[in-house]
Amino acid sequence: MQEVMKKRAKELLASGEVTRVIGWKKNEFDYDITPAVFETAEAIDRDFVYDDFCGPNLSKFTFQHQKNDTKTLVFLKPCDTYSMTQMVTEHRVNRDALYIIGIPCFGKIDIEKIKADGMTGILSVTSEGADVKVHTLYGDKTYVKIDVMAERCLACKSKYHTIYDELIGEEGEVMETDRFDQVKELEAMTPDQRFEFWRGELSRCIRCNACRNACPACTCESCVFDNPESGIAQKAAADSFEENMFHIIRAFHVAGRCTDCGECSRVCPQHIPLHLLNRKFISDINGYYGEYQAGEEVGQRAPLVNFTKEDVEPDVVAKGGK
Amino acid sequence: MYRIPREKLDQLFALTAEKETLYIPTDATSGIAQFKKWNEGMKMSEKLKTSRSAKDFFFPQTEALVNFKISGKKIDIIDPREECEDFVIFGVRACDAKSFEILDSVFLVDPVDTYYKNRREHGTIVTLACSRPSESCFCTTFDIDPTEPAGDVSAWMTDDSVYFKANTEKGEKYIALVSSLLEETDGADVDAQKVATKEILGKLPFANLKKDAFGGGKTEQYFGSPKWAELSEACLGCGTCTFVCPTCQCYDIRDFDTGHGINRFRCWDSCMYSDFTKMAHGNPRLSQKERFRQRFMHKLVYYPENHDEVFACVGCGRCVEKCPISMNIVKVMKTLGEEEAK
Repeated sequence: MQEVMKKRAKELLASGEVTRVIGWKKNEFDYDITPAVFETAEAIDRDFVYDDFCGPNLSKFTFQHQKNDTKTLVFLKPCDTYSMTQMVTEHRVNRDALYIIGIPCFGKIDIEKIKADGMTGILSVTSEGADVKVHTLYGDKTYVKIDVMAERCLACKSKYHTIYDELIGEEGEVMETDRFDQVKELEAMTPDQRFEFWRGELSRCIRCNACRNACPACTCESCVFDNPESGIAQKAAADSFEENMFHIIRAFHVAGRCTDCGECSRVCPQHIPLHLLNRKFISDINGYYGEYQAGEEVGQRAPLVNFTKEDVEPDVVAKGGK
Repeated sequence: MYRIPREKLDQLFALTAEKETLYIPTDATSGIAQFKKWNEGMKMSEKLKTSRSAKDFFFPQTEALVNFKISGKKIDIIDPREECEDFVIFGVRACDAKSFEILDSVFLVDPVDTYYKNRREHGTIVTLACSRPSESCFCTTFDIDPTEPAGDVSAWMTDDSVYFKANTEKGEKYIALVSSLLEETDGADVDAQKVATKEILGKLPFANLKKDAFGGGKTEQYFGSPKWAELSEACLGCGTCTFVCPTCQCYDIRDFDTGHGINRFRCWDSCMYSDFTKMAHGNPRLSQKERFRQRFMHKLVYYPENHDEVFACVGCGRCVEKCPISMNIVKVMKTLGEEEAK
């Protein structure tokens, strides 16, 4: 797969169709992947990778290149195409400035799961078929891939690409997923239990803004939390409840626009399951306004900015969603 | 040197906590380790590092500085500070222990930061030697010996025992506090562990990372390097690296309007943020490239220049582990260092 992608990227560069390629390159370790821009065939030959560690969603990295006169090639996995479609729908990115190649994804490995199992001093990790082989200073171990796959991949919602100029590999399908199971578990809790759960999780927040900055739905040029004039631009919590509010406000802001790509939870240095807040909104929107998946189609009307006579009445909130 | 059997560690914690507040690294539900106030039944984490560094104990993320209470035309100025109680932090690693010295050189020089000093004076640091360093570790690059950690008391943990050695007066006091559980010993096991750990250190991926290409007087050489653009290309501009870093010490002072007064507090700031150097006239660092460059130049050039060639990085590797796009000081040192070698 990687070799096919490299070949195609070099062809498009050589023909002048595009002048830069957004992809991934390996950093210090096998699992250490950085989004990167390639401008020459040599750079692609040297550094371009696509493997089971290429988790970062490249959609948002197109931002800084959309005002260029020439086209940029970007490789998007199925779930990344939902983010891109949503950004195009919202006119946040200039579609004409991009050449999009849809690529297949077989599920990404979450190195944190391997580390949580006590593996340290990791010298190499290789993923072949169903096996993930970890070689460390303190011994080796082979995992079954499904046991160390990212949570968002275990609950994969789609192998289908919603936007592209060309595809590499076979087109996939929208998947049956159990991604709302955890939401249901949370809904089944008493309000006090749920409050405790979220206080426990969110109290670890360090307000680093990684979730916001990685989020393809967070596309404001200047965030309200960064604006000293806004009166709420705190870099840290002024009181112990504030970090909770930051996340709740952010979840509201991306409600109906979040495609559930899972970048927020992937980048969180404190391992807060932030995607669960977004999934709760998605699940509620599905329930109140009918099944809706953000980023499915360019130009779709989102339920929260649309009106139909079947819409739920606003007092549903006071009735606890009943 | 003193020793207790490992199974008595809980008793040691209980005895310590009777006299002083004790903090130990413990596993959170999500699998990360963090320092928490010890209570009965709490299990010490077996992880090498806590997710956040130990700097929080002396330089917390948010700290109340002064409160203003307004009633009519009267403004009361209230100092919210309380004299800190004595506390013990158990299980600080050598990298974090070194970071306290770096923070001291900023906060304890004239004008002394009395908020920081208050906490620093009341804290006793019990360090724990590393025996299973991880692939992200590179403290030896900055001349730190993880088998001989600094701190008030140094500790070593083997399969069956924990060994202690006091390094300071505060450390002697701590040893006296828990002496009923300790027995004197020669520490042969500790020496064996040091040898074994050093062998592992030599095999770490960053074992050959050198700081020689950096230090004071290198500003002109690196400031204008074209490499910064490439290195900072994918930077999200989040504050993860600065907030998990044990030596990053920048802060902002903000006012919180309570409706009937003002609570003035300080909070960690990050040079990665877009408003970091925003001033009345505008912002001298307009792009992420400039913000990114600032962070690494500060650690590798400016700080050593102003502090007798001590670097403002302790090689703890947290930024290596936590950066959402896997860009870090190691990559910066390798990329710029290569340039120097040419």
